[in-house]
Amino acid sequence: MSDSHRDSEPPYLHPDYRSTVRRAPARELVRLPPEWFHELPGPVFGRVPVLPGDADLTRQHEGQPLGERIVVSGRVVDSDGDPVRHTLVEVWQANAAGRYVDPEDGHRAPLDPNFTGAGRCLTDGDGRYRFVTVKPGAYPWRNHENAWRPAHIHFSLFGPSLDSRLVTQMYFPGDPLMPLDPILQSIPDQRGRDLLVAALDLAITEPEWALGYRWDITLRGRNATPREP
Amino acid sequence: MSERRIPTPSQTVGPFFGYALPFEGGHDAAREQPAVRIEGQLLDGAGEQVPDGLVEMWAGQQFARCRTDAEGLFHFTVVKPARGSAPGIAAPHLDLTIFARGLLRHLVTRMYFPDEEAANASDRVLNLVDAARRHTLIAQSEQGAVLRFDIRLQGEAETVFFAL
Repeated sequence: MSDSHRDSEPPYLHPDYRSTVRRAPARELVRLPPEWFHELPGPVFGRVPVLPGDADLTRQHEGQPLGERIVVSGRVVDSDGDPVRHTLVEVWQANAAGRYVDPEDGHRAPLDPNFTGAGRCLTDGDGRYRFVTVKPGAYPWRNHENAWRPAHIHFSLFGPSLDSRLVTQMYFPGDPLMPLDPILQSIPDQRGRDLLVAALDLAITEPEWALGYRWDITLRGRNATPREP
Repeated sequence: MSERRIPTPSQTVGPFFGYALPFEGGHDAAREQPAVRIEGQLLDGAGEQVPDGLVEMWAGQQFARCRTDAEGLFHFTVVKPARGSAPGIAAPHLDLTIFARGLLRHLVTRMYFPDEEAANASDRVLNLVDAARRHTLIAQSEQGAVLRFDIRLQGEAETVFFAL
């Protein structure tokens, strides 16, 4: 399947990531003419509940979670660089020991009673988002012998249009597992992979409290017709 | 003209989103009656159920999100959209987005209604699709106000997916 028009996007079929083998479509996708895009507004996510405390994953329980407290913040822009305002950002992640709350996760690492690992927020008028959380741990998975995922936070974003919907993962700078990870390495070029790696940022860091990481996100398409969420 | 930015690449939703993305009442997009219930199964290239998929549906102001269960089944309710007035975009349909472990990028497809033969025949999106594959985009009527719409990621009768 030709994906050349989407450089930096991973292909559907990437056999090093075993689960793609039976799940990647084998037929050519049917291409819609670009001039139809503006007739196809994206999903209206207003029913997804976003509460004021949802952006702080360290305050969802009685005590504080174990691990390295961090702030993750950045700007969501469209491909012209204009801010994507008031759009939904959802995150989920493993705890500091590399374990998800999800019952499907069989990794023999401890759960943290003070950490669920899921958050939501809306970008502000300048497209900015901000989460407080703990740094997730690496964890093993059964893709191949001795396979370990680098630390990552899952992100889901909507944006204004049909093609701006994005689900992706944010990685941490300098993680030695990144070159070994078939999911990150499914992105064909280094430039694209680099876009998924956050940067340590002292301007986001809160002294005596939490290290800050900056991760900016560019959604596909243009924010040409501003609409209410 | 400013330089176009490279969109942030996609990564799989993974297997562990089930405690994070679903929300209370997420499968029920219908705020009024009469609502249609859509049921379907997400299947892989071997015909096996996909128990860790997420299907999002939207139609106008209606939005639903449903995680597949252990059998790969998903369901949602929606008020059937009205027929469009402009020629070629007449057929009512639902837009569907599919996420799963093993999908490095999500997939986009559409569900059309089986009782709209004339409108479906003139729909310009359906007409972009090979006639032999169009049936994969049209739901089947079941008992009551239930429609069946299975999604096959790969293989015989692979569902038609769209590139934008």
